[in-house]
Amino acid sequence: MAETTTIAAGRKVKFVITRRERPEAASFTEEFEIPYRPNMNVISALMEIQRNPVKSDGGKTSPVCWESNCLEEVCGACSMVINGKPRQACTALVDKLEQPIRLEPMSTFPVVRDLVINRERMFGALKKVKAWIPIDGTYDLGPGPRMAESKRQWAYELSKCMTCGVCLEACPNVNDRNSFIGPASISQVRLFNAHPTGEMNAHERLDALMEEGGIEGCGNSQNCVRSCPKGIPLTTSIAAMNRDTTKHLFKQWLGM
Amino acid sequence: MKGNSYLPRKLHSLLGVIPLGLFIIEHALTNYSAYEGGPEGFQKSINFLNSVPLVFWVEMFVIWLPILFHGVYGLYIAYQSNLNTGRFSYGRNWAFTLQRITGVITFVFVAWHFYETRIQVALGNVAHEDLGSHMNKIVSDPLVFAVYIVAVIAATFHFANGLWAFLVSWGVTVGPRAQKVSSNICMVIFVIISALFLLSLFAFRGDEFASTAAAALSSVTVG
Repeated sequence: MAETTTIAAGRKVKFVITRRERPEAASFTEEFEIPYRPNMNVISALMEIQRNPVKSDGGKTSPVCWESNCLEEVCGACSMVINGKPRQACTALVDKLEQPIRLEPMSTFPVVRDLVINRERMFGALKKVKAWIPIDGTYDLGPGPRMAESKRQWAYELSKCMTCGVCLEACPNVNDRNSFIGPASISQVRLFNAHPTGEMNAHERLDALMEEGGIEGCGNSQNCVRSCPKGIPLTTSIAAMNRDTTKHLFKQWLGM
Repeated sequence: MKGNSYLPRKLHSLLGVIPLGLFIIEHALTNYSAYEGGPEGFQKSINFLNSVPLVFWVEMFVIWLPILFHGVYGLYIAYQSNLNTGRFSYGRNWAFTLQRITGVITFVFVAWHFYETRIQVALGNVAHEDLGSHMNKIVSDPLVFAVYIVAVIAATFHFANGLWAFLVSWGVTVGPRAQKVSSNICMVIFVIISALFLLSLFAFRGDEFASTAAAALSSVTVG
């Protein structure tokens, strides 16, 4: 045990971090070497850089900025590109990563500073598709209809979405030339349309998916489902909403 | 429904299968008759197609206009996509990327092929009876032959993979299992149609079509 601690004490973890000072500034990279500690994750490494912002060449620099909150992969705040793949920094364990560990912001989103990005478009998308269940009234509306347990089980998987933005970063059709809303909010339409009370407003959400930049922007690359940290069946959700919007389209045409 | 990208994109997906998918199958079968029946077999197929009533209007509405819309809007869709197989080298992402690359190849090839064949017939430079020998002349150039091979494989992949995407986009195949099965079926379609086109291309290069070419040439000289 003492021996392993000594070996660990001498080890360094190497990081290459893509940084930028302001949203409109050019990006640059800086290298860091951080003393290894057992069970480190990317967040604890970033905290170490924050305590001692010195580059591997010995030069002083500003602490690297990042966002994080829950540290257990449920809030979605610490998404970044780690060794080329978008994922959560909190569950990126240093022992399982190839070195040097390369950190980049998810540049599909506007970069605020260093690894901090602005995910506002995702919250805008949730508003656009009305990803909520309207239950407010001027009087007590009473209990809603019950949900079948078999349905609740798969709907629960969809409810794990934490709006982290990894699926948008992985999607080749989410970019400046394309108005595609992204996989996350389409899956949320499926979630809220599956809810027995939410179903009462299903057509409003389908209408939103059939607007400019809606569901038709999906090009079936299926990177989203491979990248989702919560294992949400995003491509199944998209195909299910393709089916529902198609039905909705024909019903509109036939005046049903 | 407001003016937006939903309907054109849906129409693009539909036209790729009906009628263009049906057209590519018809084209493969017609060409295959050159492999199966030689110049006479190919001529019979051409005569059959020319016997279709209102053939010009059928070509116009079932082939030319759908290709024009599907091709031009498809170029716009390709322009709107990033290609990120470097970071995400998954099979489906490769198919997504190839769908766009083969689409652009097919667009350029179809324009060129249409000029070389249908336009030449319309201009009176090539008679229907000489189409076999005309194709023989075209594919006798090894470089052009190679381009034709690449282009028909690209076009066939674009159709087969597009059929898979059509089934997803219209909500027919929803779950991962359905999409896996349809993907296998579409790849079988890709192999079969590619084989039909390739066999016919090799047939057009054969001596049979060359001799009809020579005969046609000599008759022109004599005439």
